[in-house]
Amino acid sequence: MKRTVPLIIAIVAGFVLLIANFIPFAEDWGLTAQEWFNILAVGAMILGGGNLVKLHLMKISGQRKGWGYSVVTIGCFVGTLIFGLFKIGVHPNEIYPNVGWSGYYLEGGSGLWWIYQHMIVPLTSMMFAMLAFYVATAAFRAFRAKNTEATLLLVTAGVVLLGQTYAGVWLFEGWLPESMQWLRFDHLTEWVMNIPNTGGTRAITIGIALGVVATSLRILLGVDRSYLGQD
Amino acid sequence: MLKILQNIDRRWVFLFMLLAVAIPILAKTVFPVNISPQTMMVFNAIEDLPDGSRILLSYDFDPASQGELLPMAQAFTRHCSIKGHKQYYMALWPLGSPMVDLSIDTIESEYPNLVYGEDYVKFDYKTGGEAVIRMITQDLRGMYELDSKGVSLDNIPMTKNIKNIQDMDLIINVSAGDPGTKQWVQFAATPFGITTVSGCTGVQAPQMYPYIPDQLAGVLGAIKAAAEYEAAIDEVYPSIASNPKAQEAKRRMGPQLVAHGLMVCLIILGNIIFFVSRKRGLA
Repeated sequence: MKRTVPLIIAIVAGFVLLIANFIPFAEDWGLTAQEWFNILAVGAMILGGGNLVKLHLMKISGQRKGWGYSVVTIGCFVGTLIFGLFKIGVHPNEIYPNVGWSGYYLEGGSGLWWIYQHMIVPLTSMMFAMLAFYVATAAFRAFRAKNTEATLLLVTAGVVLLGQTYAGVWLFEGWLPESMQWLRFDHLTEWVMNIPNTGGTRAITIGIALGVVATSLRILLGVDRSYLGQD
Repeated sequence: MLKILQNIDRRWVFLFMLLAVAIPILAKTVFPVNISPQTMMVFNAIEDLPDGSRILLSYDFDPASQGELLPMAQAFTRHCSIKGHKQYYMALWPLGSPMVDLSIDTIESEYPNLVYGEDYVKFDYKTGGEAVIRMITQDLRGMYELDSKGVSLDNIPMTKNIKNIQDMDLIINVSAGDPGTKQWVQFAATPFGITTVSGCTGVQAPQMYPYIPDQLAGVLGAIKAAAEYEAAIDEVYPSIASNPKAQEAKRRMGPQLVAHGLMVCLIILGNIIFFVSRKRGLA
């Protein structure tokens, strides 16, 4: 029962969406299924939040390694939830001045806005910005021309790196004859992106698509049940 | 010397990278920009539409990619505003909604003649990713009954006659991952033939090129393409060139040039060390 019901739901939903895509008569079925999906997606968010709290509370109660970080995670989660859910510091919407909690949840000056502006923005930007430092040191230590393939990759990377800046033009300015302008790094970068990259990506994409079709068919026919878990 | 270079502390590399990025920013170095054909495809997709066309702008990115994608998002907003296009903003990412707010701020401060509800409107974030796209291709109100201010779409001049996004003349997607451009291509552009352009991160760009020109009318890849797009707007609308906020991507090309140059130097230096070490039997 525990496995059969979810299996039937998955198979029916899959076939409904498949049919809705190809038969105009069944188009509305697809829309209804999508509405259900959106409602379930909200439920999944609640489930995800609950799961996060459960896991970290277990870690704290067992005082497992790094439990202090779990305290920070739970604190931030609950704090953000309270500020967002109760719209602390948000004024009512101008159109509905008498309706509480009708204002925009990220209104300038509100609690959630403060968290967003002064914590989320700098922290996430910092994580992304740090990549530049790690990529630089990785390039210095690990990017070696050990064989033909690695050399090809290295040369292409060098050309694209410079082609993505004005250096790709400036390095060739004033000395490269007109007939040889295609050698400029910015032009070579365009060629790399448009020809080898496009061809390779298309091949990979088509391969992935065929794999997805095969996997989907296995799920729809009930052959592949791994997504249901083990028990 | 070789031994020193082999065992160089990585914090020196971090320091060089910091200087490579900081010096051009502090010196406000701006380099010339050559506009590529790819960028012109995106520019023309917006420019060639009759004034007042309907454009859906989906901001599917968050503050982590703000440095790379916000300048092009703002450039899209400015271009659409100059052309007087009707702009419908939405986001498939929870933190995409505040990114839309930044574009709305730009419209309010730089184009005060544009009126909310008549020239631009914002729909709030809805969970579901690709399911949101699938739904609004059939029924906009099935997903958004109200705009972000809580007004019914039937009472907003620019939405009251919109049934679904098949009524749009163009979709602009600014994307940092999934859900993003790939989903817009799969569920909106391809099945319904809605012209779509994308502005995406450098990492994503190679995956988007195969969709050009049939499924995507053009792609702006990373800050370089954003700088080219700004330059293209400047050429056609010289008045915007005096707005420093509209030159943000161009300004960011300075640090990019020096940082990329440093990367190439580090790769070359690393390989010299590798080959010399190997020759001496140390590698």
